[in-house]
Amino acid sequence: MSTTTVDDAPIATEIGSTRLVDWVLRARTFGIVAVLALFVLVTAAIESRFVSTNNIQFILTQTSLYALLAVGEAIVIITRNVDLSIGSIVGFSAYVSVNQFQAHPGISILLVFLVGLGVGLACALVTATVVAVGRVPSLVVTLAMLYIIRGVDTIVVGSKEVVASSEPDSFNNLPEHTVLGIPAIALAVAVVVAIAAYYMRSYRSGRDLYAIGSEPQAATLAGIPIARRVFVAFLLSGALAGVAGVLWASEYATINSTAATGLELQVIAAVVVGGVAIFGGSGTVVGAALGALLLQTITSALNVLGIPSIWTEAIAGFLLVVAITLDRVIQVQQAAALRRRRVRLGA
Amino acid sequence: MEHERGERRAAPRVLQSVMRWETALAVLLVLVFGVGARSSDQFLTSYNLQTICTSIGVIAIMALPMTLIIVVGEIDLSVASILALAAEMLGYLTLHHWPLGLIFVVVLALGAAAGAVNGFLVTVVGLPSLAVTIGTLTLYRGLATVVLGPNTVSTYPEFWTNLGVVSFPGVPFLSWSVAIFIVLAILFAIVLHRTSVGRRLFAIGLNREAAEHAGTRVGLVKMSLFVLSGVICAFVGILYTFELSSAGENIGIGFELQVVTIVLLGGVSIFGGKGTIIGVALATFVYAGLHSTLLLSRGFDDNDFMVVSGGLLILSVLIQSTPAYVRRFNEARRRWRAQRRTAALERAA
Repeated sequence: MSTTTVDDAPIATEIGSTRLVDWVLRARTFGIVAVLALFVLVTAAIESRFVSTNNIQFILTQTSLYALLAVGEAIVIITRNVDLSIGSIVGFSAYVSVNQFQAHPGISILLVFLVGLGVGLACALVTATVVAVGRVPSLVVTLAMLYIIRGVDTIVVGSKEVVASSEPDSFNNLPEHTVLGIPAIALAVAVVVAIAAYYMRSYRSGRDLYAIGSEPQAATLAGIPIARRVFVAFLLSGALAGVAGVLWASEYATINSTAATGLELQVIAAVVVGGVAIFGGSGTVVGAALGALLLQTITSALNVLGIPSIWTEAIAGFLLVVAITLDRVIQVQQAAALRRRRVRLGA
Repeated sequence: MEHERGERRAAPRVLQSVMRWETALAVLLVLVFGVGARSSDQFLTSYNLQTICTSIGVIAIMALPMTLIIVVGEIDLSVASILALAAEMLGYLTLHHWPLGLIFVVVLALGAAAGAVNGFLVTVVGLPSLAVTIGTLTLYRGLATVVLGPNTVSTYPEFWTNLGVVSFPGVPFLSWSVAIFIVLAILFAIVLHRTSVGRRLFAIGLNREAAEHAGTRVGLVKMSLFVLSGVICAFVGILYTFELSSAGENIGIGFELQVVTIVLLGGVSIFGGKGTIIGVALATFVYAGLHSTLLLSRGFDDNDFMVVSGGLLILSVLIQSTPAYVRRFNEARRRWRAQRRTAALERAA
């Protein structure tokens, strides 16, 4: 995987392995798209309702939320870390931001999004500091933060809940807004994905994230400011989760203290299905977003095909396990292929 | 710097053994129970002590295999989901009138299988245990939901459901779960600290490759630990169901946080290779005592304590890392001084 870092890229081109890696990565993206297409075709053949404009719009709107979270999670996982606290951040941000409608009647929606962003950043600031400065494994910190934020949320919310009727219509109708038939939220999220993809691909600091996840010691020796980069990665993840919280609020009718519980696992599943290696150092945010689209399509298909919703969690867990296993198998084969190629070129 | 290094070298061995993590925990334990007893008359009543015992027993038992798993440098986040899967299966089979003895065997085997899946993915496929057990956390919880659906079963024989109500014969407040924990803890302590198997576990956690070269079959050891964890969690699932007299799909949700918190609070290093069973046992009672103290004196409910648990988890790792921080700080200071000295020399020249 080290061939994806900036410094050795030119050398890699010489021996032609960059093309191979590129090809494999693209093949993986194509793989997701192929599975997606297959799923849509089969489900549509059984139940034509599945490809109705309404259902497609619904899937896209649902996906936007997960794709937004997947972008942040992918950035964190690429640095060989993990953020388990995003579900709690979404829940907390959803309540706090929407509560602004009652506290300040007539508040603009943009301001509410900023409140959500602020909540996300504040939560992530704690995580990022302990992980990057304290050098505590992110698993431990974010597991703890998952419960701390949820606990604070429960204390703040109590047994109260915010219902959609207390929110202005312009906010509740947000998911229904379409531009040329495509949900506006999906378009906005697509822009975020594109910006993140460009950043991760073309900026020095974006490439640093891959280097850190690929081989932390080598990254240190290369003079990459690991602590600062990881700090920013967690802040990004938290900020996106904060914004996603506001989206969550606009999509769901009631928000109580259990909102978005367990969401982090579905997002991690999406990221891994989308080809981001759980070991860090490889994968793209576009892949992660596509992974989210695939998982949402599958969920919707199961729904349309009449499979009871109690199966959803088991299937999500199964897909996650299958995805990481497949990822590992592909990785091992890819490494073997690269080795063979290098031997042949060397000889 | 020189002064400090000299001091560290001169530290007498007695002082070193007194300054251990376990000693701090013992002091903390006395402190927590002292404060608890002072702040509420109800704290030291037999009733409250039994409540403390029943609230912590099942979690304490799960902390034992978790300790071994963390010592070898892995983690198992699926423990609470295996517990739930076992509990739901117990309910399902009871509903279908299977003989209880057979149910126990099937449920424990299910736990072993669940652990074996974790172990297989970690040792054979070569995946990080964090990723694997996050996946199986969802998978097993999902399967548990499917087994029984939204139903709850509460038609268990009274003999067994009494386990959660009656105390261990002869000791007025000792719950069965804590009695089982104590027996198991002694067994685990002997294996971990007094046998070659235990030493191998530490060796794996400290340096996997070295352990392998020394002839330890690392994969097999890790596999066994995950299976052991699965069996014990299934056992806890049965025990906990009987304590509650019923099992719903949300049984034991979030227990993995409490288990990991207790293990790390017990001084086990999250990086592997370090930890003691006595530390974990002490941490168990510190944790339970703190919960009860906060409940009685400040009215902390489970949600409030969730925040405390999370904070404790982060704190215990931060405190464990203090020596590393001191080293980093000293190094930075030394480098800074060296730079300044060079600059001064250059200026003088």
